[in-house]
Amino acid sequence: MTQMTFARAINSGLRRSLDNDPKVLLMGEDIGTLGGVFRVTDGLQKDFGKHRVVDTPLAESGIVGTAVGLAYRGYRPVVEIQFDGFVYPAFDQIVSQVAKMHYRSRGAVKMPITIRIPFGGGIGSPEHHSESPEAYFAHTAGLRVVTPASPQDAHTMIQQAISCDDPVVFFEPKRRYHDKGEVDESLDPNSAPPMGQARVVTDGSDVTLVAYGPLVKTARDAATAAADEGVSVEVIDLRSLAPVDFATVEASVRKTGRLVITHEAGQSGGLGAEVAASITERCFYHLEAAPVRITGFDVPYPYSKVEMHHLPNLDRILDGVDRALGRPNSLSGLEG
Amino acid sequence: MHCAQFLPRWLYHLNIVSMVTINRGKGAREAGKRRYHESCRGMVTRRQKVAATVVTDDAGQGGTIAGQDNNAGRRGGAGHSMVQLITPTGERVSHPEYDPWVRDVSDEQLCSLYEDLVVIRRIDKEATALQRQGELGLWPPLLGQEASQVGSVRSLRDDDFIFPSYRENGVAYCRGVDLADILRVWRGAASGGWDPYAVNMAIPQIVIGAQTLHATGYAMGIQNDGADSAAIVYFGDGATSEGDVNEAMVFAASFQVPLVLFCQNNHWAISEPVRLQSHTQLVDRGAGFGIPSMRVDGNDVLAVMAATRVALDRARRGGGPTFIEAVTYRMGPHTTADDPTRYRDPNELEDWAAKDPIGRVHALLDRKGLFTAEFEAGVRTKADAVARELRAGCVGMPDPEPLDVFKHVYSTPNSWLDRQQDHYSRYLASFGDPAGATQEEGAR
Ligand SMILES: Cc1ncc(C[n+]2csc(CCOP(=O)(O)OP(=O)(O)O)c2C)c(N)n1
Ligand SMILES: [Mg+2]
Repeated sequence: MTQMTFARAINSGLRRSLDNDPKVLLMGEDIGTLGGVFRVTDGLQKDFGKHRVVDTPLAESGIVGTAVGLAYRGYRPVVEIQFDGFVYPAFDQIVSQVAKMHYRSRGAVKMPITIRIPFGGGIGSPEHHSESPEAYFAHTAGLRVVTPASPQDAHTMIQQAISCDDPVVFFEPKRRYHDKGEVDESLDPNSAPPMGQARVVTDGSDVTLVAYGPLVKTARDAATAAADEGVSVEVIDLRSLAPVDFATVEASVRKTGRLVITHEAGQSGGLGAEVAASITERCFYHLEAAPVRITGFDVPYPYSKVEMHHLPNLDRILDGVDRALGRPNSLSGLEG
Repeated sequence: MHCAQFLPRWLYHLNIVSMVTINRGKGAREAGKRRYHESCRGMVTRRQKVAATVVTDDAGQGGTIAGQDNNAGRRGGAGHSMVQLITPTGERVSHPEYDPWVRDVSDEQLCSLYEDLVVIRRIDKEATALQRQGELGLWPPLLGQEASQVGSVRSLRDDDFIFPSYRENGVAYCRGVDLADILRVWRGAASGGWDPYAVNMAIPQIVIGAQTLHATGYAMGIQNDGADSAAIVYFGDGATSEGDVNEAMVFAASFQVPLVLFCQNNHWAISEPVRLQSHTQLVDRGAGFGIPSMRVDGNDVLAVMAATRVALDRARRGGGPTFIEAVTYRMGPHTTADDPTRYRDPNELEDWAAKDPIGRVHALLDRKGLFTAEFEAGVRTKADAVARELRAGCVGMPDPEPLDVFKHVYSTPNSWLDRQQDHYSRYLASFGDPAGATQEEGAR
């Protein structure tokens, strides 16, 4: 076990993938000499060369489109999109090409492409640097979408994503890049929990609280605070957003009867809606209350002086927990 | 019709033709056309691929075609000659083609351009300091690019419309944007700092290259309206790689719209040198789309002004778009969050310091006997006053209200959002504190 930051854990995972498979290569803007604007790829070009860690021209559609060609040729490209808000120039290549190639070629062509995207807010950035676009991709058939929440998961899941024969959109919670944790770098990704599996972070019996990415830490803090008030919250880190491991969530809700879901992305058409609907379908008669969503608002990501109002925080999550429990809360008296 | 439109596209993609200077003959036109059709039929031989190809350029600026043998873009200056009217040492050199375009610039106006350059540098310095002091979240310095910005914006009419990137804060100042409004976005107090229609300048664009299409569309509107104004779009060397920028040039050329494509080649896109973006000089990008293109010394305020005036005149007379590559240098970091020592040779900085845009106008004014102590003091007083006003506007800017989060998303009521706003105000009220002062923990 080694103490390392989230960013370093991904770096170490990338290094292992580059070491283990000569077909793995990294592409992106400023990832080589600079080591990425968040230094996630720091030192990799020096060690693996310019042909395996490639600084590309400034063109996201170009980056993803050429990754498709490289995959056609048998490579496993790992591309970095510098910030969440800059993935859209590549949206066409991702949705129409990356996601559908296997289907369109009747399984003949594999697209083992990993698209790394630092996402989420809370770092005081200007516009386009703090978005949570995961629902667009989760909605796209043919893509797998995952997001790690701890350095250990970051380390293993990036390797699992790279070795997966399907394209994976890999969302990295950028405000957690500097958080530290124990990482077992010798852990074999094949024997670690698969990236598609959700994880129960803290056991609890009163309410199930579902989170992913940057908000897992916030959810855990909320659970600790709730425990002080005698409320037992079970926190689940989804890890995979497409497909969602509903079995794990369902098992928890059958136990607690109450469900709160939180994400930074806007509410409408988001992952919370999917989780709420699916769990309601699966275990309606075990639910004691309507599922509660604590999310960002349906607004463009706001400027930094007010971003804290947009982002779910500990208090807002606890307010949601109160609502799920039928305790006094900010919406008491309102029906939905 | 520009012959460049008939060029086989693989010439650009394969980069295997050698560089050839422009030929304006009809034969060349035919040759280009024929080869295009052959390539369409998939009959291109290897020999044809390496054959030299020619292109005409209505601007008469001389153009080049990309190729591996072409080191021009890499070295700079070896291909397209660079228009320069003031040398780095402040000598006014004559240029038969461009002199007429700045002949009317009086001594007084030259002094005023100097003042612009100095004031903008001062704004940049003050804003950088404000960021270091925690008053701004981020700042993208324009240090070194003052002449490109001043020379171009001071050529515009009030009814021309500007589409800037995030770095055109010098342009904004000259355009008369309120100083505090320039900083509003960088302080995180708004998503756009000013009313574009009040100054005929769009709000800054962070998504690289996106504004080039907006400018093209705006120019299509000017054209449809039969007006004689123009649009100008600012973008960087890195931006030329984006699809949007290339599509903008396709549209601009196809419709021959009144547009100036003003590319500040400051040699870096964060850590990536310009040679990673282009095998040729950037000016060739414009020529490749059949757009008359010029390469000017972007640290020479007069040369930039001349080139911009040429372009605007063409636009106003219905002559279509012009591409200007202003060759300059980003003397500072990409933004205040960047550390250029990780990727940049400090010697490069020294080389460019010797070509400083302000130093050369200073020297020129000196030669002319205009740089008096009184003048210098006047400029300094002005710069100090602007810096003071900038700082006061920044620190005195009122913070936005919590419920501002919901503002301006739609222009008409929206049931989803209205409900969320209602719920969030109830939530804030549940703290017994409508201002939501307890939200400090929010972004943790
Ligand atoms: C579509 C998009 N991709 C990536 C970025 C991140 N980014 C911001 S500035 C920049 C470099 C831009 O270089 P250039 O066009 O030369 O302009 P300069 O910063 O030098 O003025 C990059 C990659 C972005 N803002 N937008
Ligand atoms: Mg640049």
